[in-house]
Amino acid sequence: MEDKKTCLYDRHISLNAKMVPFGGFVMPLQYSDIADEHIAVRTTCGVFDVSHMGEVLVTGPEAERFVQHIFTNDIAEAPVGKIYYGMMLHEKGGTVDDLLVYKEADDRFFLVINAANIDKDYAWIVEQSKGFNVITENQSEYYGQLAVQGPQSERVVEEVLGLPCAELVFYTFKKLEVAGETVIISRTGYTGEDGFEIYGSHKFIVAQWDKLIESGRVKPCGLGCRDTLRFEVGLPLYGDELSDEISPIEAGLGIFVKLDKAEFIGKEACAKQKAEGVTRKLVGIELEGRAIPRHGYEVVVADEVVGTVTTGYNSISTGKSVCMALVKIEYAKLGTPVQIRIHRKLQPGVVVKKKFYEKSYKK
Amino acid sequence: MAKVIEGLFYAESHEYVRVEGEYGYIGITDYAQSQLGNVVYVDMPEVDDEVTAGEEFGAVESVKAASDLFSPVSGTVVEINEALEEQPELINADAFENWIIKVKLSDPSELDNLLDAKAYEAICE
Repeated sequence: MEDKKTCLYDRHISLNAKMVPFGGFVMPLQYSDIADEHIAVRTTCGVFDVSHMGEVLVTGPEAERFVQHIFTNDIAEAPVGKIYYGMMLHEKGGTVDDLLVYKEADDRFFLVINAANIDKDYAWIVEQSKGFNVITENQSEYYGQLAVQGPQSERVVEEVLGLPCAELVFYTFKKLEVAGETVIISRTGYTGEDGFEIYGSHKFIVAQWDKLIESGRVKPCGLGCRDTLRFEVGLPLYGDELSDEISPIEAGLGIFVKLDKAEFIGKEACAKQKAEGVTRKLVGIELEGRAIPRHGYEVVVADEVVGTVTTGYNSISTGKSVCMALVKIEYAKLGTPVQIRIHRKLQPGVVVKKKFYEKSYKK
Repeated sequence: MAKVIEGLFYAESHEYVRVEGEYGYIGITDYAQSQLGNVVYVDMPEVDDEVTAGEEFGAVESVKAASDLFSPVSGTVVEINEALEEQPELINADAFENWIIKVKLSDPSELDNLLDAKAYEAICE
């Protein structure tokens, strides 16, 4: 099947972006240089086309009960305007997807899911919704989405786009009536920096993109630095750190799995993993040298393969070669010496916290 | 436009050999470095390792990806460019000046299988 294009495809081409397939879309990997774009987000402001992300609206009298049923986090008594991060799980604890849930009203929830999983997730959501008095609608084709990220984001969004956002606190959103349509703006992101995500029609999103680029105050940023940024602050990417076979408990995301909820799909499996302990765990590894650990490389201890690298880079902010890896639990303790096989050679390293750079959220 | 230098031997996989007597200096071409983007790591063999024409001997890596290096010729590694261990970006500054390995050629007739500057320039277009 041919990769889909986002509403900003022509803009990427005219900016000479290097385009790559990602999650069923053809997306910009970089416009200039991954490191330059990465640094722009850490120090000033960058804009990402994230229109490939999927959106599902759940409405109806049993909308809350249904979302509670499929979602690991607890949205009971949530105020309108609040956003929750969590997962949808299989019965056995593997992850269908990780997602954001926006509470629009007591009977209305907006779910933001990964591009590569849109079809799988929507089919799964529809299947689970049988027996619930809810309406589910896949709105992925309608919405375009921008992520404006970096310490100057608030000023840029207010001054360049004229969208009031200063009063939004972290992980909240509001709807705005702009240019004859309802758009959504949230203080969220995937970079470890302050920032906003904006959802609207294709026409609206293209117009905002043009304003941002023309202002000269925002660097266009591709998926390349989106990955290096999220990786440095230890945020998971579905397909690397989470998958149908990896549970959030194994990935160290247990705080988003609320076992005190009455029920949700996968609860028993997660409760068991918590009670009995997991057999493997996601860790950080820092290497002594500069060789770069990459997805799929083996983690080795005493000639035995004890795990696999999920994401790795030479960290742009720190210059160190670091990775996240899923390893057997015996080797997951901080300070454990391990090796990673990189181009035939075993490179020495040590288990560290899986956060290589401090987040600077505005809370 | 990528630079191509006369007098070097080129492989279609975008490595070059600069021959001096019985030795060859092997690196990646200017075109290769421009396609790769900023080099952040160079994986090199060790001195005394054997390399074989057409076979992988290391990798050059950008932030995002590792690209294997294929040796244009066979021989024994007599020197590696140690400057690249700390400053891999030298390859972006001048790919032809900053060779990666120096080998003692075991079969100079292999050079006949490689491209000259003009033929190489043609495949970069």
